[in-house]
Amino acid sequence: MSDRVAIIGVGWSGFRPITPEFSYKELMYEAARRAYSDAGVDPRRDVESFITVAEDFHEGTSIFDEYTPDQLGAVLKPMHTIAGDGLHGLATAYMLVKTGQFSIVALEGHSKASNMLTHAGITAYAQDPVLNRPLRLNTHFVAGMEMNRYLYDTGTTPEQCAQVVVKNRRNALDNPSAPYGAELSLDEVLSGPHLSWPLGMRETAEHVDGAITLVIANEEKALALSNYPIWILGIGWSNDSPALENRDWSSANYIKDAARFAYRQAGIHHSYQAIDFAEVDDLYAYRELQSLEALGFFKPGEAGQVTEEGLTHRDGAFPVNVSGGSLGMGNLLDANGLARALEVVLQLRGTAGPRQLDEVSIGLAQSWRGVPTASGAVAILGN
Amino acid sequence: MSDKISNYPGTPLSEKEIRDGNVLSIHDQMPGDFSWDTGVAIGRYLAGLKEGVILGSHCTHCRRTVVPPRNVCEWCFRPMDSFIPLRDTGTVNTFSLCYVTWDVQRIKEPETPAVIEIDGASPLHGIMHKLGEVDPQQISIGMRVKAVWKPAAKREGAITDILYFKPIQE
Ligand SMILES: [Zn+2]
Repeated sequence: MSDRVAIIGVGWSGFRPITPEFSYKELMYEAARRAYSDAGVDPRRDVESFITVAEDFHEGTSIFDEYTPDQLGAVLKPMHTIAGDGLHGLATAYMLVKTGQFSIVALEGHSKASNMLTHAGITAYAQDPVLNRPLRLNTHFVAGMEMNRYLYDTGTTPEQCAQVVVKNRRNALDNPSAPYGAELSLDEVLSGPHLSWPLGMRETAEHVDGAITLVIANEEKALALSNYPIWILGIGWSNDSPALENRDWSSANYIKDAARFAYRQAGIHHSYQAIDFAEVDDLYAYRELQSLEALGFFKPGEAGQVTEEGLTHRDGAFPVNVSGGSLGMGNLLDANGLARALEVVLQLRGTAGPRQLDEVSIGLAQSWRGVPTASGAVAILGN
Repeated sequence: MSDKISNYPGTPLSEKEIRDGNVLSIHDQMPGDFSWDTGVAIGRYLAGLKEGVILGSHCTHCRRTVVPPRNVCEWCFRPMDSFIPLRDTGTVNTFSLCYVTWDVQRIKEPETPAVIEIDGASPLHGIMHKLGEVDPQQISIGMRVKAVWKPAAKREGAITDILYFKPIQE
């Protein structure tokens, strides 16, 4: 008996800088309704378990699981929230199906970042309270320090990082759900104000509101319900030591490790040859380059060069963040990994509209939980 | 083994020493301010309260009328888009007499939280509020009550536009 696991439905609501018209529950409902319709399932009858990814501090509500069943169709069904990125949630859904106990699982993630009035203060609560927080630094400083050491060690240039912004925001113009599409010149990106030098404000993804739901099923249900099931070929995650005092600042070893984990499952030995395109973390522009190297697509210092040469452009040999990435679509907090997976699904289905890539069969989605974390996840999907 | 030891080495700690800062710890307070978008359904509900009206919503599929209103029926997963004014009277489903305050002070006169099933809504659908103008010892399950509203000029579109529910004789 085969036991593959597939994504059979996707739905989303957004993405906009503010969404005063909807409560977070109503955003979730819209995304869920679309995903269930896309999958051809009735959540009350067919979906057997539900997962959300959410961080209580982002929601302003503790024990956030309690507030999720109604709008997902999960009342009196197994439902839990995990405090992790969307791809951690996808790994959890994958494992639930793999247990054999659940044939169809729904996974939801969302952002109501616009409702957080003291974002910097809330994010500062991710800093170590005894050793780091008393210094009273805006948490973006972690990205500034990481970028600085990454550039120093790899010879990557600020111009190469800015190229990522130009590319991704250009890509976003062809994504109707992406609010930050723009034609920018390299100079426009580089001439913006600094956030935490060498990191510029224009190299940092802006927050957005939105919700994303995926429906995940076992092979039998996937083949019965879907014309284009997208198979989860491998999924891995990893966490480095969180200490700012002694982490490896330049090479994102947790992404390397998560990738190894996922490649091993998928039977991939040469990631660049095996994978056709990627959606990777770009919450800060340099992160796209650092992630591409950690994922083994390029050697340290090469990602910036190939980006300048156009290799990762939409019509290049290895397209990266065709969706616009987080720079183009916005920072969706815990749902960022779901946004990356969503684009991979649309591309593999051949339903990505004007930004559709030709002849793609395997795509990679990668996420990071943002500053100050050292945790990330990688999913490899195939059609 | 312990009964063979008459004197333990070390220094005992008192509460005073912790209070006086002789034991090191780090104190911090979170600047966590939120502003929740109320959305379509709860937004209308709050706007209704400002007008002195309790709104419910109706599911055409299972025919329940629920309060507070929502835009999805959690049982049918169908959209709900008809908002119906309900009466401001109802029946106590359950209550408690709470002898500690929100910030953990002991009190002699208890707080009186209650769920009131609102007239016009389906069974088990009500408002979480407090009871007033009543001897706490006289409150009972099944008691009939009515909303006591803030003066119209002072209402702001919040659950506190209803001050409390008080008993009524019918
Ligand atoms: Zn219903």
